[in-house]
Amino acid sequence: MLTVTNLTSERDDRILFANLNFSLHAGDLLQIEGQNGSGKTTLLRILCGLSSHFSGKIYWQNQDVSQQLPNFLQALLYVGHHAGIKAALTAEENLRWMQRLHPLLNRCTITEALNQVGLYGYEDVPCYALSAGQQRRVSLARLYLSSHPLWILDEPFTAIDKKGVLEKEALIVKHVQQGGMCILTTHHDFDLPKQTIRRINLDQLAHTITSVDTTPSYLVSV
Amino acid sequence: MNIKMPKWFYQLASPKWSYDIMGMLMPWFGLAALLLLVTGIVWGLMFAPPDYQQGNSYRIIYIHVPSAILAQSCFMLMAVAGIIGMVWKMKVAHIVAKSAAPIGASMTIIALSTGAIWGKPTWGAWWVWDARLTSMLILLFLYLGIIALYSAFSNKASGDQAASILTLVGVVNIPIIKYSVEWWNTLHQPASFTLTKKPAMPPEMWVPLLIMVLGYYCFFAYVLMARTRIELLEREHKSGWVTALLTDTP
Amino acid sequence: MNFLNAAIKRELLLALRNRSEIINPLAFFLLVITLFPLAVSPEAKVLANIAPGIIWVAALLATLLSMDSLFKNDYDDGSLEQIVVSPQSLALLALGKVISHWLSTGFLLALLSPVLAVMLFLPSEAMPALVGSLLIGTPTLSLIGAIGAALTVGLRKGGVLISLLVLPLYIPVLIFGAATVQAGALNLPISGHLALLGAMMVFTLLLAPFAIAAALKLSIRN
Repeated sequence: MLTVTNLTSERDDRILFANLNFSLHAGDLLQIEGQNGSGKTTLLRILCGLSSHFSGKIYWQNQDVSQQLPNFLQALLYVGHHAGIKAALTAEENLRWMQRLHPLLNRCTITEALNQVGLYGYEDVPCYALSAGQQRRVSLARLYLSSHPLWILDEPFTAIDKKGVLEKEALIVKHVQQGGMCILTTHHDFDLPKQTIRRINLDQLAHTITSVDTTPSYLVSV
Repeated sequence: MNIKMPKWFYQLASPKWSYDIMGMLMPWFGLAALLLLVTGIVWGLMFAPPDYQQGNSYRIIYIHVPSAILAQSCFMLMAVAGIIGMVWKMKVAHIVAKSAAPIGASMTIIALSTGAIWGKPTWGAWWVWDARLTSMLILLFLYLGIIALYSAFSNKASGDQAASILTLVGVVNIPIIKYSVEWWNTLHQPASFTLTKKPAMPPEMWVPLLIMVLGYYCFFAYVLMARTRIELLEREHKSGWVTALLTDTP
Repeated sequence: MNFLNAAIKRELLLALRNRSEIINPLAFFLLVITLFPLAVSPEAKVLANIAPGIIWVAALLATLLSMDSLFKNDYDDGSLEQIVVSPQSLALLALGKVISHWLSTGFLLALLSPVLAVMLFLPSEAMPALVGSLLIGTPTLSLIGAIGAALTVGLRKGGVLISLLVLPLYIPVLIFGAATVQAGALNLPISGHLALLGAMMVFTLLLAPFAIAAALKLSIRN
């Protein structure tokens, strides 16, 4: 279970969002919405420990994340804006490295995962020879490999064709229905019961809060 | 890390508290600096006896030696502040370190230029690759690197941390640099006279020097606090206490 | 240890796929050395006198030059953030990267150095000292340089800054490295010099990975 309390992010004297509170249980999907620049990516990066521009607390299994970072990272799969794919390596080599980094990328074999994303026959092609969409697929093959309880996905559907999007959506729905958690930024509507989908709209948050007294600002959170 | 520290230590973490306490201390340090520096300068330059070897030219030590001491102390202070800032996530400590860097660099420049001026009558050249001067020059480079790193980050908190890491790496390296430079210096025929060699100075000479060193420390504390307070105001310009401070003053 | 191994292998594989990154520092090394006879004098006596210093300075600059890109690609393509969100140790990965960087620069520079020494008329007695000092000294340069690279990786104008940060810290290695070769040329014992260089290497090896990891985290979270 992921719980966030009083999360406030301020960047260069601009408040992106303030006093954000939510908690995510097994089987929940959280969709972050908002315009460009509203802080969607920043929010996801904060949750993954990739940004220090925030105050507030993040709890994983009721314990402060900063106290048990390795535990939390063990459970987390993050797919960001950048694919994290090395152009000089083949799809298979890239995924093998990902498996090294994340022991829980163990649900199926790499070949199976590549088949699932429609890259059958491309295992040995260096990634620079693949199209942008194909590179994205290599990156998203991690979703098929993953048995992480928590997925955090930043615009996972960019550069993916319609059929691919439907497949990934189905995969995310399956992950959530099997008791996983997922936080993502996208404008797609998911085929899930209403009570399991939450939405946070950062635009609305930004409008309601114009100025915030950042009282404990001298304690820089990391 | 959870190390219990006395209460005042945590109070230091509050920008307002630090700002106020520094405001209270500053005049005292300023006054002490003025008295000590004037006494030291007058005594050192006018009443201390001339050196039997160097005549009056040695009197530059009353500027040179305190600057050199301060240049090194300042680096240590920055390292300690950097550790406090990183371990206890204390913004004020980072601000102190940042405010100290240009003062330390200035002290290093003063030490270097007075060393060069002193070198002219002593060695007959403006610059000699003396171990002490070379170490000072490297120290100046370290300072410049840290200052450059502070300014390279648009986000101040990140710049603080980056510079603290560099300061710590530097402080670990300073003894190694010093040792290697001294070793290198002996390898290449040392200068016959080193600036550090102190042939048992009589009290009439070292007492004013001591006064100067104390005066420098007070002056350093004064300037450091002034700079820190300004930086505090700048960084906290949005918080309540700064607004109150700026609007309440008549 | 397994992870360290995997990290080194991956980096070496990447270096092999991107051969220009290996060749460029070596070519730079050769080129800088060539400048000195042209600028100073082609006379054997003069060159032999300054050869230890020139070769060491050129090796130092070649290492520094290659440092800038050490983390840059990983930062740009998102590989670095994938490592930060993984439960693996960032310090260990940094160490792996530095080791493979050294294998593809410092190690090769040391192997190439006798050729240059001949061109600069360095007496043949000094060859063991030259190769030995470069082999033991350049790892320290790579480790310290990596701290600078990690601190500046997120900055747009990191290139010149890294030299400013790192060069002062290179001075002890330069002093002892060049002195080793000078001692070798005079047929003096060099084991003491090499031991000092070795001590510096071990000391840096123990501390630098943590500084690099801290700097990388900071650059990612900026």
